[in-house]
Order: sequence, then C-alpha cells, then structure tokens
Amino acid sequence: MSGRLRISGKGTARARRALAALLAVPLLLGSAPLPAVSDSAIMAEAFPRTLSEFGFFAGSPDRPVAALRPYDLRTPLFTDYADKRRFIYMPAGTEARVSGDGLIEWPVGTAIIKSFGYPQADGSYRTIETRLLLRRAAGWVALPYIWRADGSDADLRIAGGRQPVSFTTPSGRAMTISYAVPNRNQCKTCHETSGEVTPIGPRLRNMDMAPQHRPAIAGADWTLAVLPRWDDRAQPVASRARAYLDVNCAHCHNPRGSASNSGLFLEYERPPSMTTGLMKRPVAAGRGSGGFDYAIDPGHPERSIMLYRLRSLDPGIAMPELGRATVHEEGAALLDQWIAGMEQR
Amino acid sequence: MKLMQGAMAALLAATVMTSAAAAKVIDVAAGEGAQQRLQEALILAEPGDTVRLGEGVFVLTDGLSLDVDGVTVRGAGAERTILDFAGQQGAGEGLLVTSDDVVLRDFAVRDTRGDGIKSKAAHRIVYLNLKVEWTGEPETSNGAYGVYPVESEHVLIDGVFVRGASDAGIYVGQSRNIIVRDSVAVQNVAGIEIENSYNADVHDNVATGNTGGILVFDLPGLPQQGGHSVRLFDNIIVNNMTANFAPAGNIVATVPAGSGVIVMANRDVEIFDNVFEGNGTANIMITAYRYGEMSEGYQPLPVRIRAMGNLHGRTGFQPALPGGAEMAAAFGGNLPPVLWDGAGGPISIADQVGAISLGLPDLTQPREAARPAPVDLSAPADWPRVPAVVLPASMEAAAAAE
Repeated sequence: MSGRLRISGKGTARARRALAALLAVPLLLGSAPLPAVSDSAIMAEAFPRTLSEFGFFAGSPDRPVAALRPYDLRTPLFTDYADKRRFIYMPAGTEARVSGDGLIEWPVGTAIIKSFGYPQADGSYRTIETRLLLRRAAGWVALPYIWRADGSDADLRIAGGRQPVSFTTPSGRAMTISYAVPNRNQCKTCHETSGEVTPIGPRLRNMDMAPQHRPAIAGADWTLAVLPRWDDRAQPVASRARAYLDVNCAHCHNPRGSASNSGLFLEYERPPSMTTGLMKRPVAAGRGSGGFDYAIDPGHPERSIMLYRLRSLDPGIAMPELGRATVHEEGAALLDQWIAGMEQR
Repeated sequence: MKLMQGAMAALLAATVMTSAAAAKVIDVAAGEGAQQRLQEALILAEPGDTVRLGEGVFVLTDGLSLDVDGVTVRGAGAERTILDFAGQQGAGEGLLVTSDDVVLRDFAVRDTRGDGIKSKAAHRIVYLNLKVEWTGEPETSNGAYGVYPVESEHVLIDGVFVRGASDAGIYVGQSRNIIVRDSVAVQNVAGIEIENSYNADVHDNVATGNTGGILVFDLPGLPQQGGHSVRLFDNIIVNNMTANFAPAGNIVATVPAGSGVIVMANRDVEIFDNVFEGNGTANIMITAYRYGEMSEGYQPLPVRIRAMGNLHGRTGFQPALPGGAEMAAAFGGNLPPVLWDGAGGPISIADQVGAISLGLPDLTQPREAARPAPVDLSAPADWPRVPAVVLPASMEAAAAAE
C-alpha cells in the first residue's frame, strides 16, 4: 500500500494538465464556466445522487480539480490492498485549526475525499469508489459513491455494494475478490466517536502534506507528525506495531468507539496492559477466539487471538470487520514479529 | 390466519392514518436485490417509520444495519419472513442496530456467520416475536450470540426463540434495566446469559437442550463490570445436557454440560419459583471468577445470592466436572442440586435441598485442590430483596401492540 504507489504527486501533475486543458476550452468557446467545486452541494442537507454535482473531479476520477489538496498518511488503514487517493477541500477563505492535542478542527464546508482503486494488469488504473466525509453545519456526513464503468461519473450508493476486482499484491500474488463498498451505516461504524461521525485518518501526527498546502491548516506544528510508518524498518518493531494497530483497529477499539464493549483498546498512546490485549481473555469473540485464551499471548503469535482474527477471511472471525476480503500479509507479519519478541509470561 | 392478516393490515393502515403525517410504512419484498433494497430502506427510514418485510426468504449477502431512532422493523411472522444469511460475505452479525427506540418484531434470522442480531448502545430496544437460528446441528462454527443487546439502557426481549448459538442464545451484556421473558432457548451453549449487567428480570422462559440453561456472569476487563440485581423466576430449566460446543478460549467453553443456572461474580441475585429437571451436573451453581488475571476494581466473588420456591427434579446424575464421577459416587451416586465453589457469600438456599461446597474460598487455589463436602446454606437471607425491573411505558406499549 503506502510506499508501493505515490498516487498523489502523479495525480496532481495530471490534474494540472487536465485543468490547463479545461481552461483552454472556455477561452475558445468564450462563455462556458470554469469547473468549480459546489460549496452548496457540500453544505446543503441533501444527498447528491452523483459525484459530479460536487465538482471535485473534471470528468474522470484521475482528474481532481486544483482546489483539492492531496495528502497521504504515514501509516494507512488497510483495505484489501486498494490504493487510496486522498484530498481535502475547504471553501475559499476558510482554514482548519489544530487543537492542542493534534486533532484538526475543519471548517464547515470541508470535504474529505478518498478514492479507492487498483492498478490493472494492462497498465491502466481503475477507480472503484470515492467516499466523502462532508462537514455540514450539523456535523459530519459520510457518503459512498461508486464509479461507472466508463469513469464518467460516480453514483451515490447509500446501501453500498459489491464489485468483482482483480489485482496483484505487493508480494506478487494475483487476487480476484468481491470488493465491498460500505453502506452509509458501515461508514459510521468506523467513523463514530460517541455516536457522532468524525474523520479518522487526517490527524496531524499521521499526515503527509506537500508544503504548499500546509498553510491551510493554521497553527499546525508539522514536527508533531510522529506516528511511525508501519513499514519503516528503521523504527522499533513495537512502535510500528502499535502505529499499525492504532490506524487499523483503534477507530473502533477505543472507549468511545464501536468496539467499546470489547474492553480491548488499541490507541497508540495507551500503555501496555490487559486493556491493550496482553493476557486478555475473549469476551464476546465466539469462534473468533480460534480456541486460544488471550488476545495477545506474549511470545506466542501462533496462539494469540489478535493474529488469528487478522489472518482469517471468515466474516464471523475476521478483524477488522470491513474491507477484509484479503489478509494483509505484511501487516500480520509485523504483528507476528512484535508478539514473538515479547517476553513470555 | 387470513382473517388475522386482514385485521393486522387494517390495524396497520389505521395506525398510519392516525399517527403523525410524517410516519410512513416502507414495504420491502423478498426476491431479487433484497440486500440493496432492504439496506436502503433501513437507511432512508425516518423516526416513526415502519420498515415492513414481506413474506418469504430474503437472501442476504452482507450484514444489515439500522441507525435511525424510532424505527420499527416488522415481518409477517417469525415463520413467514426469513432473513437468510447462509451466503453472508461480510460483517460480524446479521442485523446491527445502533439507534434508540427501535422495535424488531415478527421475523426470523437464519444462519449468520457471526452473531444473529446485535444492538449496541441502542436504548429502549424491543425484540419481539423473533426467531434466530442456526439450522444445522449445534456446532462450534455457529455464530456466538443469537440476540445480542450490549451497552444499552432498557432492553426488552419478549417471545424470542433462539437455537444453535455457539455462545449464548439470548445474551445481554453491559446493560441496565433488562427484561427477558416468554422466550425459548434451545441447543445453545448458554441458553440465556446476563453478563456485566445491572437490574435484570429473566422470567417465564424455557431453557432446554443447552449446555447451561441460564448464566449470570461478570467478567473483568470490560467498561461495565460489577454485575448485580438480577432476578431469575418462573422459568423452566430442563434437560440442559448438550455437550459444550463453544470455541475454546471463551469463558462459556468451561460451562459443564448439565448446568441449570450458574451465577458467577455477581451481587444480589435471586433465583425463585423455577422448575429444574434433568440437568446432570447441578441445578444451581454459584462461583467466583477463577480464571486468573483480573482488572482494576473488579469484584470476583458471588455476594448475596438467594434461592427459594424452586422445584428440583432429577439432577447431579452426570456431573461434567473434573472428577465429577468420583464426586457423585462419594455422595451416593448423585450430587445435590446446589453446587458452590466456597468463595464469597452470603448465600441463602431456602429450597430445602442439599448443597455441596468445593471448599475453595481462596481464588488462588486451583480446582484440583477442591475438597467437596456438604454445606448448609439454609440460613434465611437477612438482606433486602431486589426490586422488580420496570421498563418505560413506550416499550411495554410496543410489546402489547398487535
């Protein structure tokens, strides 16, 4: 995933070319309007049926308009090896602010835009879906759009859906999976804190953003971007593992998240204890336990429930519950190494 | 039946006409595209609406979810409207409810990969006349819980039938103010389980063919612990002799086959006016949490447990405990109906039946150190009774509605 493709840079260059082409057209025709993001589509109560109504893309998922600011995450959430292209849009004249704890407060009218896709065997790139998080006056709204086969536009699919997808993993395995686009409620499952929808990814400590876009986030101290990259072998295994768990699990596994009832909490900053899984017995895991006694059995990845669930594809067992038609072999290997290196109890 | 349906339709129509103009009925039929159509209806429903499921089998490929307050999801009957998840490809449960004041009634959920119906932080939820089932033989590969409300205030489970859960058929966890009544739990590992919860009335249920009939547990390491004030009464708890088929690692996998009621690490539990028969290990077991590491503030002992007015039929004839056969032989072939590990208390059993203690007051003592001996638990209870659970009127009205 991260490291394999640097989409954003390429995308911006492509976007610039596209924009230049688009700008040339009205010059020739004289009167056609410039493509502009629709602030009213973002902020109004309605759910636009098509993605084009927002004006984020100039006729193709490969052509984001210049008003979108690309960003990356140091450690990203795994979603079936999909590549993710991330953008932030803020209305003209607004800015985001960083609060004391590194959380970013986005202005009303912000759109966080994330497209999911795969490079194809023929060298082309297929975008499957674009998910939006819209900051409206009443709070955040999550909407999933699925791209049409010809890439001309994407349609709102609040009930989600499945799409057959073929791709090759970083280790060279060819896969064909039933890729799941989440429904609106599933968006919320991961994105909720105490029942309210909130962004997960774009927190300062985990963000990469090109210097020219950084001023849009006021008061940001970019030296605070300290969450280790999960695949940076120069960093200690334990830090990388905890960063991986933070990004892939802690959006639900925290005291205010969807998995609050599990009592297993995996935020990066939480000190190691039974609460982070050490010698923690399962509660409602059912066959998710795999016959093992503890979420993390120090020194024994082969009998730690956490790894058993990470490596399963069975919907009654697999963790995370969404975006997991494949096993993230590289992520599991990291956690395996981490648990194997712990002192046995 | 036709007549009844007609009457029901008329009633529904009347409800729609007389209630606020905004409330509407959204009809969803079985058949092609059921997953999308039903999920879309559950998302687009507004408070006060009813999502009405047609007769037939809804073939579903993914978990469903409801996140709108005040919605009723209603089928044509638990034998007529069936949500079939045998081909489920994703999600940890069949139906997930995360909103308040929801009524689920008159449909069946079948063969989910994980839990059947889960509701989380869904306050004032009503589960009414439902059937949740794994249709094969009881198997470890079945989902954990049939109905699974958790972290909720005010829960009503009424007229629900659950079969085949590899953990608990009816499970209420980390909740407050709960009634489970007129329900049937068959061939689950635990028939009914109340866990880490406060104030629960479990009455007029049938638990049969399970490994354990009704469990009242409290486990460490959870946001809500310190379970207390649970009343089990007027239940029929018979022939719970199914071999334990829970996946190892789960606490419930240690429940011995032949258990009627087990109370673990709870305070103020009352067991009265139940009928026990054919539970081969014991009718009533009272124990501390004896599984090692505990979290801060956790109270592992059973405290203030009382039983009275229960009918005790044949029991103790096949104790599925380590050394159980030898124990039974030492007690003349059968263990008495009440089994206590010897930790915690006070305990008052006014049923005029025998009891034995394993003599393990110290939680660090291993089970192998057990010294089973008769114990007199007949001293009258000198502590206050547990008050009855009273649910909000809106919930009782929903349960009484035609």
